[in-house]
Amino acid sequence: MTGTNPGIIPAESGVATDMDRAAHSSAPGGLVKSVVELDRVVIRLAGDSGDGMQLTGGRFTSETATFGNDLSTLPNFPAEIRAPTGTLPGVSSFQLHFADHDIMTPGDAPDVLVVMNPAALKANLVDLPGGGLLIADSDEFTPRNLAKVGYAANPLEDGSLDRWQLVSVPLTSMTTDALADSGLGKKEAERSKNMFTLGLLSWMYHRPTEGTIRFLERQFRRKPQIAAANIAAFRAGFNYGETTEAFAVSYEVKPAPMAPGKYRHISGNQALAYGIVAAGQRSGLPVFLGAYPITPASDILHELSRHKSFGVRTFQAEDEIAGIGAALGASFGGALGVTTTSGPGVALKAETIGLAVMTELPLLIVDVQRGGPSTGLPTKTEQSDLLQALFGRNGEAPVPVIAPRSPADCFDATLEATRIALTYRTPVILLSDGYLANGAEPWSIPAVDELPDLRVEFATAPNGSAEDGTEGQFLPYLRDPETLARPWAVPGTAGLQHRIGGLEKADKTGNISYDSANHDFMTRTRQAKIDGIAASIPATEVDDPDGDATVAVIGWGSTYGPIGAACRRIRASGRSIAQVHLRHLNPLPADLGQILARYDRVVCPEMNLGQLALLLRAKYLIDVHSHTQVRGLPFRAAELAAVLQDVIDSTGPTPTAAPLEAASNGAVL
Amino acid sequence: MTASPHVHDLGMPDVTTISGAIDASVAASGPKQTELKAKDLKTDQEVRWCPGCGDYVILNAVQSFLPSLGIAREDMVIVSGIGCSSRFPYYMNTYGMHSIHGRAPAIATGLAASRPDLSVWVVTGDGDALSIGGNHLIHTLRRNVNLTILLFNNRIYGLTKGQYSPTSEVGKVTKSTPMGSLDHPFNPVSLALGADATFVGRAMDSDRKGLTDVLRQAAEHQGTSLVEIYQNCNIFNDGAFELLKDPTTGPMWTIPLVHGEPLVFGPGGASCVVRDDFGGLRIAETNQVDASQIVVHDARREDPSYAFALSRLSSQDLRYTPMGVFRKVAKPSYDRMMADQLEDAAAQEPADLDALLAGNDSWTVTS
Repeated sequence: MTGTNPGIIPAESGVATDMDRAAHSSAPGGLVKSVVELDRVVIRLAGDSGDGMQLTGGRFTSETATFGNDLSTLPNFPAEIRAPTGTLPGVSSFQLHFADHDIMTPGDAPDVLVVMNPAALKANLVDLPGGGLLIADSDEFTPRNLAKVGYAANPLEDGSLDRWQLVSVPLTSMTTDALADSGLGKKEAERSKNMFTLGLLSWMYHRPTEGTIRFLERQFRRKPQIAAANIAAFRAGFNYGETTEAFAVSYEVKPAPMAPGKYRHISGNQALAYGIVAAGQRSGLPVFLGAYPITPASDILHELSRHKSFGVRTFQAEDEIAGIGAALGASFGGALGVTTTSGPGVALKAETIGLAVMTELPLLIVDVQRGGPSTGLPTKTEQSDLLQALFGRNGEAPVPVIAPRSPADCFDATLEATRIALTYRTPVILLSDGYLANGAEPWSIPAVDELPDLRVEFATAPNGSAEDGTEGQFLPYLRDPETLARPWAVPGTAGLQHRIGGLEKADKTGNISYDSANHDFMTRTRQAKIDGIAASIPATEVDDPDGDATVAVIGWGSTYGPIGAACRRIRASGRSIAQVHLRHLNPLPADLGQILARYDRVVCPEMNLGQLALLLRAKYLIDVHSHTQVRGLPFRAAELAAVLQDVIDSTGPTPTAAPLEAASNGAVL
Repeated sequence: MTASPHVHDLGMPDVTTISGAIDASVAASGPKQTELKAKDLKTDQEVRWCPGCGDYVILNAVQSFLPSLGIAREDMVIVSGIGCSSRFPYYMNTYGMHSIHGRAPAIATGLAASRPDLSVWVVTGDGDALSIGGNHLIHTLRRNVNLTILLFNNRIYGLTKGQYSPTSEVGKVTKSTPMGSLDHPFNPVSLALGADATFVGRAMDSDRKGLTDVLRQAAEHQGTSLVEIYQNCNIFNDGAFELLKDPTTGPMWTIPLVHGEPLVFGPGGASCVVRDDFGGLRIAETNQVDASQIVVHDARREDPSYAFALSRLSSQDLRYTPMGVFRKVAKPSYDRMMADQLEDAAAQEPADLDALLAGNDSWTVTS
């Protein structure tokens, strides 16, 4: 056992063996406690949907972020709000990976698993490697709760968990004991057990606690009794860790080196919502969000509805179609029109996206992808909609598509999508997903005045003459020669009255035209306008530190982290690999075909059945190796690395590098 | 009809700062010309409705009456869906959008909610508004966004060449229903009142005076106004409203609605409207009832059930059709309340993007 094998107390000794990195301290009562330094830990909290695991995980994330670790999170919860208590479908979990170095994923498997009931144990134990630390709330392992999930005997007592470091703790009763004088009833007091647990973990990992106390005071400022109870439970949990013999070791994960600056932690949906607010401020346009509630996109609507002081209007529409319709109407009026949804909603919005293509108005369509088809897996992640975003409309209806690669990147990707929408007067689809939406990571807070300048110029004067030569006409489809964008003349502007719509437009005048040559011209022009966006996007970044890779791995969206982590493992094993990650899915970067052609093999991992691979094969005639999974969860870095190793070792000369497993043991992720 | 509008402003709040960028471009385009003539509202586009279509007279009536509102052309926007009536925007020298089937109320909602300075109109038909777009219509009405919706009802699908519509009478024989249609029609006025619409009126395409009067009141109303306009499709459903247009039968079956006047109609005022025993209304012969029993029209009743009862006097063959304004009640409009919330929020907490991005739990790395 080494300090890099995190969170595990060696069974045989009960004390950390890595004495070089352990320090001893004396806790109250003369108990000797040791501190083990780790470079990374993955913790998973699991409980019933009603146990507050997401909140607990969020707070632990906040403490960890404030402490200065790099981190990545993976919330995982059922679509049901409250499945029957104590059952497997009701289990909700939150995984957090934190480290003293930069990390790219929420971790393949937990080192520490905290379970609040038998259902949580049953649903999560399979992911906990042998030897891992397992903390269980023994109070909840009642015959009734055990029977609910089919345990014939209590696993905490029958020896079936001997492979793991089991610590049985009566979390519920210790919480109610701690709150005996709080004036709360037993049921109410029990609800604070998540804060007790958080307190215990905060002690175990040396987390700062002030933030959580401030948070609880803020959260329950109108219910001071509840605030006091939660704070008391939190402190009781912390003190329990310090005094109990059950936990002889606590762990220290040093802050990760980060570039100087101001940081916070942020989830994808929050970053995306802030991106929209910032886009409004930087463009000088009022934001209008038309949206219909849908998982996992609703949090963007919730967040934006709180920022009315920035001139953000939020409209909860009667359906998905009205949401985008209203957004497009607002765009016609000169607003930054935005609609937010997930896959099924995009299907419903397709006709209006087509109208936005035809009317050539700016519009931002956010698709927080989830498992499909149909209702699919509402709370699980999937890269389900790339082809829908690209092609899911009638007619030739090209739409730029942008995908963020991490939770914090949702902010920058939103600004980039807005830039394209406003510059080129086009709807743009932003493809986030459930993993990015709910996952969190540290974010270097940008200075507002260094964000892109998104100001637009509305048309204010006539721009041409009529066919009969009459001067002073407004031609709504007279294009900017560079961008091919048409003028944006907003209602209220005198002399520029014009009519637009879904019927084919005559070049320049925008009048209805059924002329076949005009339709051919306009169809090609609309396509050329979108293709031309490629001139405004940066050259493709290829990450190939060794410079001699013959295999490239290409991804898009939220697979950036797992692919990056897999590449680190590959390189740690002595092999070379090049990583290319796409932010712009339409148009693709102009140099992409040439870059991919340099490699013997191109591997494309996706959380779908090979949508980008299909596109790359069609566009560049490259025999892309598609590796796919649709399990509702992100790729595991170790599994991806194995796939990449196979491809590398079967390409070119006989491999001389070490087997992956050995080389990557204990390697950074 | 003499009912005078009780709201004299045009339903447009004093919103002086829509947005810096929009304000600036509007200002840069020059002074507003609010003295217009009907011809100022015509466009250079050839009107392409069938000769004899009722849409022509509605277009003429609208172009003749709009200048009297004193609104500049550029401040008017007409949004339509799909169908014959929805070509309307192309013929009006205002801003306009000929959108997609059924969605005009949704698109207009976003425009009106974000630009309360504009006069936004929706032109739609019975198929567009009541079939494919039924959901948007009822929700727009309940929200009371400041919009005027003109619903051209010809009781047929014209642009797709003659299928029955959601307002066609049961048993309608069309290309898609050779043995007669089976579904019961909507009464658009009843539907709108069921959605608690704050303004509901009905007019006949050929009745310039009546149509203009209802349109004026609708335009002046703050909130969503729905005007059902009976419109003859002389190709696929000719004579659909003949019963009400015929000089002999028209007065027998038409109930003119005049706020504050008793509901007496028919030749010589022979018929009238009285209350029935179940809280609804019924038709009676005037000489058979006491004058005190005759209902005096009150378009401003908060409770929409009276106006609803009025709308239910009609049978599918249009016997007893009230024409005029059914309901006109004052209620804050959605766009105004939305603007108020924005102003309140800005007053409570100034917009500070740096502070928003930094949040409550930030930390600083120094080196």
